[in-house]
Amino acid sequence: MEITLSSLSRARQHIDAVGLNARVADFQKRSMKSHSKVDLLQLAVRMVDLTTLEGFDTKGKVQQLCEKAKNPIAFALRNEFFGRIRNFPEISPVAAVCVYPNHVKTARETLAGSSVKVASVAGYFPAGAGTLELRLQDIRDAVQDGADEIDIVINRGAFLEGNLQKVYDEVKAAKEACTPAVHLKVILETGELGTYENIRMASFIAMEAGADFIKTSTGKYPIAATMESTLVMLRAISDFYKLSGRQVGMKPAGGIRTAKQAIQYLVMVKEVLGEAWMTPDYFRFGASTLLNDLLRQICKEALGYYFYDNVFAAD
Amino acid sequence: MDQISERASREPAAKFQFSLEYAPAMESTAAVKIKKQNALFIDGEFVAPESGEYFKSINPATGEELCEIAQAGASDLAKAVAAARRAYEQVWSKMPGKERGRYLFRIARILQERSREFAVLETIDGGKPISEARDFDIPLASNYFFYYAGWADKLDYAFGGRAVKPRGVCGQIIPWNFPLLMAAWKLAPALATGNTCILKPAETTSLTALLLAEVLQEAGLPPGVVNILTGDGRVGAMLCQHPGIQKIAFTGSTEVGKSIVSELAGTNKGLTLELGGKSANIIFQDAALDEAVEGAVRGIYFNQGHVCCAGSRLLIEESVQDLFLDKLKSRMETLRVGNPLDKNTDIGAINSKAQLTKIQELVALGKSESCTFYQPDCAIPSQGYYHRPCFFFDQSGSSSLQRLEIFGPVLSVQSFRTPEEAIAKANDSVYGLAAGIWSEKPSKVLKVASRIKAGVIWTNCYNRFDPAAPFGGYFESGWGREGGIYGLHPYVEEGV
Repeated sequence: MEITLSSLSRARQHIDAVGLNARVADFQKRSMKSHSKVDLLQLAVRMVDLTTLEGFDTKGKVQQLCEKAKNPIAFALRNEFFGRIRNFPEISPVAAVCVYPNHVKTARETLAGSSVKVASVAGYFPAGAGTLELRLQDIRDAVQDGADEIDIVINRGAFLEGNLQKVYDEVKAAKEACTPAVHLKVILETGELGTYENIRMASFIAMEAGADFIKTSTGKYPIAATMESTLVMLRAISDFYKLSGRQVGMKPAGGIRTAKQAIQYLVMVKEVLGEAWMTPDYFRFGASTLLNDLLRQICKEALGYYFYDNVFAAD
Repeated sequence: MDQISERASREPAAKFQFSLEYAPAMESTAAVKIKKQNALFIDGEFVAPESGEYFKSINPATGEELCEIAQAGASDLAKAVAAARRAYEQVWSKMPGKERGRYLFRIARILQERSREFAVLETIDGGKPISEARDFDIPLASNYFFYYAGWADKLDYAFGGRAVKPRGVCGQIIPWNFPLLMAAWKLAPALATGNTCILKPAETTSLTALLLAEVLQEAGLPPGVVNILTGDGRVGAMLCQHPGIQKIAFTGSTEVGKSIVSELAGTNKGLTLELGGKSANIIFQDAALDEAVEGAVRGIYFNQGHVCCAGSRLLIEESVQDLFLDKLKSRMETLRVGNPLDKNTDIGAINSKAQLTKIQELVALGKSESCTFYQPDCAIPSQGYYHRPCFFFDQSGSSSLQRLEIFGPVLSVQSFRTPEEAIAKANDSVYGLAAGIWSEKPSKVLKVASRIKAGVIWTNCYNRFDPAAPFGGYFESGWGREGGIYGLHPYVEEGV
């Protein structure tokens, strides 16, 4: 099946970088205070995908990450705060833990009974350099081991060669390999695509081919998520929704370290896509350092002053 | 139980219904002290008006009285002209340009240092959002002083080697839409070239001009070089009639501009006019459409549409009209109309009750011509003067709102089919102040731009300013240019 003409012509819209930067600057000028700020910080915690994707990951490391995912703020601290402050803001578990396929089983066991999802990169992440059949098998194996979510990369080589049909076909095959119960995130690797128009086109191809989420980056390439590339993708999602009626999620990954940045991203999601996307079902942060800054800011809003960093467990 | 069916039986994550209302994010007004009664500024001092007459100034965000402003009379004007003439002849025109430049640099610097105070005061007095006063008005005002400070000692090179002489005493009448910025646009070139000034701020926005007078004192500007006479339209009329003034500069409505032209006919007074506009923002199908939406919004909703060069006509290529208007509607739903002191406010208060009434009447006129109309249903404060942004579409060139300047957050949309048609429609106006052209094809942009009769043409942007760029219009949009080297010309006599 080919990408529809109406979708392609909408995908081909020009993007002016100067104007795009100016629009991002507008979002960064929004001032979120008091209850708006706390609401956004709490939402951001629920949207975090804690991630470990290293060659030296071990069972123990993955278990510890999963424990943090279930209880971002240690029990001992929580009790201390509840004791001191009435109405201390609720801190929920994060959305998911993201690991390599060989750690999916460990993650499943540790997260059993909690609401935290198991996400696995698959398909020869991050380069995606294997035959299509091998990549699809990688996906099936991860699904078999119990992943709730699968993160794949698009074929950037084919994209830059101009073979958009191949990019589309591979994403479609990956979605089929996932089975309907498992949601598919498609990583565009925006840093490698070169132009905003390419990011928009890649977004449309992924969505047309059945992506449940489109994601900016693997985190393995020097250029990761930026507000500008995220805005391009959010607009693509909005345009695709108007064409197809299907809601696709978005995940910026890499480079979002502070609560301040997270709030700016969420304001952008609200003003571009609306409140229907303000949920972990349609927006995630691919970030690990971010979580402690979110907790730090939540505590500060509740207490009126900052705790020193050592109070929050590093993992 | 295998992994897949176990997964299917797990509890789904709780469905959160998230709703975000932005909490108020008010800018502090602590730095601003507004005097209950505000005097005139003549010969370096604040002096009460000889008649003892004051009038009320209203805060448009609330409709409540803010303070009293002095009404200058004929005797106050006489004192000001005498002071300005004395300062001109004995001090200012004799001072080397480099020295004049130092005063201007000092003024620019003090404006920067006191920028927060000025921004908050400008917002309280006039109703514009604090984010605009803070990020646009005040920095740009400072910029104009810096820019013209640099010309003060280079006048020998500005006119092709010809010697020039300042004109003398200048009467400068400024509007209420960018009070401090317009004061900067008038004072900076006049002072740089060796003239002395009598400034007449708009009736509804006198406060930042009067605060500027404190800056002039702080900068040690010699007394009489700048004088500020507040009051209603009578003061402007007196300025135009006074024989002791050599040049008039006016920014305001075309209607008043025409009466000034009549008034000055037969006198030897120099005259520049920055009047109204009904500028076309032209969007082609090959534009960067989302950025063009931002350009349309910035073109007409920036500063509540109180902008002479506002892109108040949208010319949209028919093949993308539906798509574009759909995006524009979605974007307008995120515009926040509210208290100007809230940092998240996008559209502040309309400057006065009179202006709000005028806008409402014109909107009613548009509706009576059975034009299709869109306005988002956003919350607005119950007190004060506010108007939700809106647009009329499917208009023809003869629709009233395609021809009349509204000076409010009201956009008038017409479609076109070819570049030739776009050019013809853009030029089909008694005004010729500005235009915007949106296309990602450079050859088309340049070709269209060369044919549009407008003094300022923005390509793939709108409402962008720089002191080095001359600003002004064709036809009923006025005479002369402000900004850049051209902005010096009206303030000098050549070959003397």
